[in-house]
Amino acid sequence: MAAPLLEVRDLVMHFPVKSRGVIARTVGHVKAVDGVSFTVEAGQSLGLVGESGCGKTTTGRLITRLQKPTSGQILFEGQDIAQAGPRVLKPLRREIQMIFQDPYTSLNPRQTVGEIVGAPLVIHKLVPASQRLARVQELLEVVGLNPEHYNRYPHEFSGGQRQRIGIARALTLQPKLLVADEPVSALDVSIQAQVINLMQDLQREFNIAFLFIAHDLSIVRHFCPEVAVMYLGKIVEKAPRDELYEHPKHPYTKALLSAVPNIEQAVLGGRRERIRLQGDVPSPINPPSGCRFRTRCWKAQDICATTEPPLQKVGAGADVAACHFPEQ
Amino acid sequence: MSRPFLSVANLAVHFPTSDGLVRATDGLSYTLERGKTLGIVGESGSGKSVSSSAILGLHRGTNAQVSGEIWFDGTDLLSLSDEDMRRRRGKDVAMIFQDPLSALHPYYRVGDQISEAYLAHNQVSKRVARARTIEMLDRVGIPQPDRRVDDYPHQFSGGMRQRVMIAMALINDPILLIADEPTTALDVTVQAQILDLLQELQREFNTALIMITHDLGVIAEIADDVLVMYAGRAVEYGATRDLMTQPAMPYTWGLIQSIPDVTRSVDLPLRPIPGNPPSLLNQPPGCAFFARCEYAQFVPGDRCATTLPDLLPLSDGHLKRCHLDHDLASYAVVETGAI
Ligand SMILES: Nc1ncnc2c1ncn2[C@@H]1O[C@H](COP(=O)(O)OP(=O)(O)OP(=O)(O)O)[C@@H](O)[C@H]1O
Ligand SMILES: Nc1ncnc2c1ncn2[C@@H]1O[C@H](COP(=O)(O)OP(=O)(O)OP(=O)(O)O)[C@@H](O)[C@H]1O
Ligand code: SF4
Ligand SMILES: [Mg+2]
Ligand SMILES: [Mg+2]
Repeated sequence: MAAPLLEVRDLVMHFPVKSRGVIARTVGHVKAVDGVSFTVEAGQSLGLVGESGCGKTTTGRLITRLQKPTSGQILFEGQDIAQAGPRVLKPLRREIQMIFQDPYTSLNPRQTVGEIVGAPLVIHKLVPASQRLARVQELLEVVGLNPEHYNRYPHEFSGGQRQRIGIARALTLQPKLLVADEPVSALDVSIQAQVINLMQDLQREFNIAFLFIAHDLSIVRHFCPEVAVMYLGKIVEKAPRDELYEHPKHPYTKALLSAVPNIEQAVLGGRRERIRLQGDVPSPINPPSGCRFRTRCWKAQDICATTEPPLQKVGAGADVAACHFPEQ
Repeated sequence: MSRPFLSVANLAVHFPTSDGLVRATDGLSYTLERGKTLGIVGESGSGKSVSSSAILGLHRGTNAQVSGEIWFDGTDLLSLSDEDMRRRRGKDVAMIFQDPLSALHPYYRVGDQISEAYLAHNQVSKRVARARTIEMLDRVGIPQPDRRVDDYPHQFSGGMRQRVMIAMALINDPILLIADEPTTALDVTVQAQILDLLQELQREFNTALIMITHDLGVIAEIADDVLVMYAGRAVEYGATRDLMTQPAMPYTWGLIQSIPDVTRSVDLPLRPIPGNPPSLLNQPPGCAFFARCEYAQFVPGDRCATTLPDLLPLSDGHLKRCHLDHDLASYAVVETGAI
């Protein structure tokens, strides 16, 4: 059997925390990603959801190797690129692209939109200079921007328009793997739908695989046949979409799904049964012992503090969850 | 009759650029009373942030051309001197900005940044400001606020940073709060906490709240009234329930239809509004939505193409900018993308 397009094994990213003062010593680590494993097949989509700050963006930045992981393996087409140097990475930059979460800080304010979107074409010498303008304008049109915006600068655009510039840039090279970090949350729902349909068309046409990171659970459900849920640096559940949305096994997944705003209920006045998680997310510097969710979990027992639950099969389907007392 | 608490009248914000005049907002009017929440939704780039920033006078000193009136608690904010505007900004009127990550300075302690907002409007010692800051951090649900007050922004998670922004916006007990996409960057559990918090504070201080968001679910949960914007103008306005259950302007209906519907197969594509919004540089003469509208066929003659519709009442308190006479359900249109 051929190797999957992407296989991540036991990925770890610990950011050092420095002390204050003239001589900064490392006094601890932010365990942003702490042993994450998953695979993405060519042309497939894996959704990644979870609490703000649980390590989703960091996971994406490691896979695209914008950051070097502390440990673990990142197998891209069978080759481990976790610790690879610039010479190995350069040709792969074309194949693995990222759409960034923050449209405000990810665009160079001194470059025009045309330069930003066209840059990958220049760096990788893909299109002769004479055709660059036409190609970039075509891409702008594809993401629903006016080609007349070619010569404008990022600050002249709204949040949603900036996000589309980032999407156009990532699509320029037709990568094999696209890490899409909140690609549509800054857009209005109609443009969201346009961009989602567009990404699915491109996915089918060019067999692009997606690691799709988002807070909007209904968009994730639409886009991703398989979804992984993260909490505090770890995957706590991974399942085919229907299984996950209809029968969540991990209490955190259940709480997350219960918090999705429901238009119909709100407008028609029904009362939604929302699970209110008590307390705040624990610090990733000192995560709780045993199960990391136990400090906020209504099912926690003694064993949850002493023994870390492994990610294992729950129920009859392909659902895996890390919980001592999963929902059945 | 007394004037509404907030009344935006005929507001225009234009930007001169090398390509021509960008009409980011035009002829925008709405009102809001204390203790109420107005949701603003609409196309990305339709002027939601630009028009709301005008309330705080944030276009002063830039090349933007602002005209119209913004009556707030008895004064026209647009006619205030820069000095007077500065005195009110962050005090009576506060804003939570769309980009939480870049709004906090990475090199200053969280507490100092919040205290600064308090010191700008109150003649108090740093000690008093610090105590007030800790109190606010506590109010927005940051655990151990007396310790966290000395942390730097990167030591806070996204959700906590957003709460810091809210603490900063609320520290002077504003009576008008503008929240621009305050929960977009947050997961839904933190989002729910923050909406609870905003509503609690609103009840306590009788704050008027403007909530700008793309999430119609959030609007449905917290807004009393909704304003829909398209191409720089208000195109529909009404009580949340009326507007969501009986949308009267085709663009609003297009938005509602674009949301993924869990009862439809995931194999079917989503149903966006076909086409793209017009350029704000040279707006078409008629209805800005005409080129994309499936209902224009029901309007006799070429009025949609030639005449800009006024924002007129369809029923009590429900306004629409559209030449159609009735609500949309009375017209038979083949659903786009339906199979
Ligand atoms: N360069 C860094 N130095 C120290 N800590 C960091 C750094 N980058 C991220 N972190 C921390 O790592 C954790 C994970 O951050 P990350 O941005 O990956 O979260 P996320 O899941 O993408 O959250 P969100 O949904 O809010 O975007 C957070 O606690 C964050 O504060
Ligand atoms: N400084 C500027 N110069 C020129 N045009 C500008 C400037 N600032 C904003 N605009 C334009 O004004 C329009 C309105 O922008 P605004 O930020 O209000 O949009 P928005 O409705 O908040 O969109 P989003 O939902 O994407 O945040 C946009 O089309 C934008 O391109
Ligand atoms: S005025 Fe005409 S084009 Fe505009 S929304 Fe109404 S029917 Fe459609
Ligand atoms: Mg992130
Ligand atoms: Mg905006």
